[in-house]
Amino acid sequence: MSEGTVLDIRNLKSHFFTARGEVPAVDGVSIQVPAGKIIGIVGESGCGKSMTAMSVMGLLRYPGRVVDGTITLEGRDITHLKPRELAKIRGNEISMIFQEPMTSLNPVYQVGRQVQEAILKHQKVGREEAKARVIEMFRAVGIPEPEKRYHSYPHQLSGGLRQRVMIAMAMVCKPKVMIADEPTTALDVTIEAQILRLMKKLCKEQGTSIILITHNMGVVAEICDYVYVMYAGKVMERAETFALFEKTEHPYTKGLLRSIPRLDEKADRLYTIEGVVPNLLHLPKGCSFCTRCSQATERCRQERPALYETEPGHGVRCFQYEGEVKLDGE
Amino acid sequence: METSEKNMTLDHADQIGEADTWRDKVKTLVRQNKLAAFAAVMILLIVFAAVFAPFVAPYDHLAQSLTDRLKDPGAEHWLGTDELGRDVLSRIIFGARISLTIGLVPTLISMSIGTVLGVCAGFYGGKVDFVIMRLADVMLAFPSLLLAMVVTYTMGGGLINIFIALSLINWAGTARVVRSQTLSLKEKEYVEAARSIGVKKWTIMRRHILPNCLPSLIVLFTLNIPSAILSEASLSFLGVGAQPPSASWGLMVVRGKKYLFSEPWLCIAPCVAIMIVVLAFNFLGDGLRDVLDPYLKEQ
Amino acid sequence: MENNVQSRKQVLLKAEHLVKEFPVGGSRKHPVSVHAVSDVSLELFRGETLALVGESGCGKSTLGRTLIRLLEPTSGKVYFESEEITSMSAEEFGKIRRQMQIIFQDPYASLNPRMNVRSILAEPLTTYGMKDKKELEERVRELMKKVGIPEEFYNRYPHQFSGGQRQRIGIARAIALNPKLIICDEPVSALDVSIQSQVLNLLKDLQQEYGLTYLFISHDLSVVKFIADRVCVMFLGCICEVGPTEELYAHPLHPYTRFLLNAIPKADPRLRSEEKQLLSGEIPSPVNPPSGCRFHTRCPYAKDICASQAPEKKQMGERQVFCHFPME
Repeated sequence: MSEGTVLDIRNLKSHFFTARGEVPAVDGVSIQVPAGKIIGIVGESGCGKSMTAMSVMGLLRYPGRVVDGTITLEGRDITHLKPRELAKIRGNEISMIFQEPMTSLNPVYQVGRQVQEAILKHQKVGREEAKARVIEMFRAVGIPEPEKRYHSYPHQLSGGLRQRVMIAMAMVCKPKVMIADEPTTALDVTIEAQILRLMKKLCKEQGTSIILITHNMGVVAEICDYVYVMYAGKVMERAETFALFEKTEHPYTKGLLRSIPRLDEKADRLYTIEGVVPNLLHLPKGCSFCTRCSQATERCRQERPALYETEPGHGVRCFQYEGEVKLDGE
Repeated sequence: METSEKNMTLDHADQIGEADTWRDKVKTLVRQNKLAAFAAVMILLIVFAAVFAPFVAPYDHLAQSLTDRLKDPGAEHWLGTDELGRDVLSRIIFGARISLTIGLVPTLISMSIGTVLGVCAGFYGGKVDFVIMRLADVMLAFPSLLLAMVVTYTMGGGLINIFIALSLINWAGTARVVRSQTLSLKEKEYVEAARSIGVKKWTIMRRHILPNCLPSLIVLFTLNIPSAILSEASLSFLGVGAQPPSASWGLMVVRGKKYLFSEPWLCIAPCVAIMIVVLAFNFLGDGLRDVLDPYLKEQ
Repeated sequence: MENNVQSRKQVLLKAEHLVKEFPVGGSRKHPVSVHAVSDVSLELFRGETLALVGESGCGKSTLGRTLIRLLEPTSGKVYFESEEITSMSAEEFGKIRRQMQIIFQDPYASLNPRMNVRSILAEPLTTYGMKDKKELEERVRELMKKVGIPEEFYNRYPHQFSGGQRQRIGIARAIALNPKLIICDEPVSALDVSIQSQVLNLLKDLQQEYGLTYLFISHDLSVVKFIADRVCVMFLGCICEVGPTEELYAHPLHPYTRFLLNAIPKADPRLRSEEKQLLSGEIPSPVNPPSGCRFHTRCPYAKDICASQAPEKKQMGERQVFCHFPME
C-alpha cells in the first residue's frame, strides 16, 4: 500500500447467488484511492461498477455478498464489519450519493433537518451548531438562499438542487471518501456541468477523495485524476486520466472511446464494438472481452490475462502487454 | 431526463442476468418462501382428497349409525362421530369438495366481472370510469356478509344462490386493482406503439393490457379464495347457506355447537379444517405476490 | 445534407403555431396548465433528419408526439404531405397514420413482455389486413434480418434480449409498415455506449435504404451531431434556433445553444477548462414560464426587452433564430 492511500480495495469479489447460479458481479477488483483525488470507475451497465461501490459501503443485499478480498479504509479493514460498526463509518468517514436524489431523501422531512441528522448522528455537537454547519455547507455546495432552503421539502426542489442537498449531506461530516454513483446521469447537461464543477471544487477544498462511478467517458475526462475501466466484473485498464486518453492500450477502452460520436469531427459511420456484453453466468473461459475483441487469439479464449503494468500506474488486462509486473493480487 | 430509474433497472436486470422465467420463479418461491411452498403442497393434498373423496374417506359421509353416536376420537373413528353416528373425518373430507367449489367458482365469476369492468374503467376513463368506480364503492361500502344474506334470503338458500351472491359482491375489489394497473399499463410505451400503429382499442385491451394484469390477478385469486370460503362457512353457520344433510364445514360447526362442552371435536374439527385451508391459501398468495408481483407488494 | 437540392425542398411535415398544454389542476375559472409546447412552427423536409434538442421539460417529446397525433394539440395545425391532419376525423387519419411511426427511448417498456418477437412484428401487418400466414412469416423474418436480429430468435420473448436487441426490434416494428416519417424519441439514450453506436449506424442505414425522414429527439448533442442534417434547439416549449448541423455547431446564434454546447463533457481531458462559462441557475417551471423570451432568466446577455417581449423569428439564410440579440 502506497503512501497517502485512503481507501484500498484488494481483489474484491462480490457474487450474487441467484436461482440460475452464482453471478460474479465483482470479480477480483483492486482499486487504490489516493487522498484528495477523484477516481473514476467507468463501464457499461452490468460491468460491476455499482456493485463495487455497494460492496465498499456494505450495502449489498441478498442474494449478493462479498465472498473474497479486503477493503481497507485508512489502514483499518472494513470488509466484514458488524452492521453497528459499519453504521458509524457510513456517512461519517465514507459516504455515498446516488443517481436519483429523490429516492435518497425522505419526502416528509425538511431537507435541512435531514442533513442536520447526519451531523448529530456522528458528531458530538449541539442542535444549533449543527444547523449552522448545515447552512454553511448549503452555501458551500451552491444552494441559493441556504437559510430558506433549510426548511424546504425535497419535492419543492429541482433535480439539480436535490443533488446538491445530497452532496451537502454526504460532505457535511467531512468524510475521507465520497462515492458518487452516476451523480449526474439524471440531470440535464447544463446542470450536470455545474455539479461536476462543484464536486471538483469540494474535492480540492476539503481534501475528500471521490470515487465517481459513471458510464460517460466525457464526465471522466472532465474531472477525474485516475480512471478504472471495468468490463464484466473486472478492471480492464487503469491509468492516470491523461495517460488513459492519450495512450489508450486495451482494445475495449479503445473501442469504447472510438464509438462515442465526437463533436469535433464529421463521420458517416460510427465505430462499433460488435456483439453484446456477455452474460455473467456464462462468461467465456479466457478473457471476458474475447467474444467481442477484434484482436482475440486462441490464447485469449483459453487463458485469463492478468492486469499487466505497461508504465508506472498504467495497467492493462490484455496479453498484448504481457510483462513481469502484475498490478492485481491474482 | 426520466432516464434515471430506467437506467437503474437496466443495470440491475443485466447484473442478475436475464429476466426470470416461470420456472425460475417457482425455484425462487421454493427457496425464498418455504412456507408458501409448503402451503402449495397442502393445497394440492386437499384438492386431491376432495376430488377422490369417495376413495380417501374411510366411511360414507352420509351413512348414519345410531349405535355409533357421539363417539370419542379413536382408532376406529379418528375424529369421532356426530350425533347421527356419521364419521366426522369423512364428512370433513367430503366437505372440502363444497368449500373448494365455493372458493373457486364464485371467485372466478366475480373476478371475471371485476377484470372486465376494471379494464374498461381504466382504459376509457372519464364517465365510464366514474360510473363503474362509484358502483364499486357502493358495493364495498355494504358489509358483504349482510349483502350475501339479503341475496340468499330473497332467493332462498342453497349452493347455487350462494354462488350468485358471492359473485355479485366480490367483483369490486378486483375491479379496483385491475383499474389501477390498467391506468399504469396504458401509459406504457408498447401501448403507445400499438396506438401509433393504429391497433383497435379492444385489441389493445385484449392483447396488451389484460395479459400484463395476469400476475396480479393470479395473486388476487389465491387471496380471494379463502375469503369466499369463510363467507360460505359464515352463511351456512347462519343458516342461509348449504342445507343439511350436506357436509358443509360451516354447517358442521353449527351442528357441533350444541355439543361444544361435551363433545368439542364436533365443533373444533371443521373449524381447524377451515383454518388450514384459509391459511394455506393466504400463505401461498403472499408467496406468489412476492415472486410474481412487485406492484401489489408496494400497495 | 448531401441530398440534392430538389428533394430537400420537398416539405413532408409542417407544423403551424402548434400549442400543447396539459391541465394540471386549478379551478375552472383559473385553470393551471403546463405549457409543454408554445407556438411552434416547424418544417420537416423529405429524407432529412431533423433533431429536436433540449433539456428536460423543453417539450421536445411532447412536440414529437403531437406532430403525429399521439397527443391532440391544444391549438395549431399540422400538415402531412400538404394535408391537414389535425382536423381529420379518426377514420380519415387512420389511413395516414401508418405513414408515421415512432421509436421509443426505453427498450424495456416499449415491447409488450408477454408477446414474442413474431407477434410483436406481426401486429402492425395484421392490423392493416395481412392475413396469409406464410406471407406474414416471410415479412417478419425479412424485418428481423433488416435490423440484425438472428432469425432463430423468431419465437423469443423480449426479456430474452439485451437492451440493444430490443431497440432493434422496436425499430423493426416501426419500419414494418413502410412509413415515410419516423419519430425517434431518444432512441439511444438508455443504451450503453458500445450498443449506442450500433443502433445509430443501423438508423442511418435504414434511412438510406428506405428514404426515411427522421425527427430525432435527443438531449445528447454529440449523438445529434452525428445523425442530424438540421438541428432545432428548444427551451421551455419554444424554439431557440434552427439550422444546418455543421453551421449551428460551429457558430451558434442563440446564447442558449452556445451554453448547451459548452456544457457537454467532452471525452478528452485536454479540453478541460476551469474557466469555461457555465449557465447558472435552474430551468424555470413550464407551469409558470417567464415572460418575454423564456430564456431571459438564465441568459447573461439579457436586456430589458428580453423580459417584456418574446423575440420574433429572424431568418438568416438557412438558419432561424429567436433572439433579440443573436450572437455573431
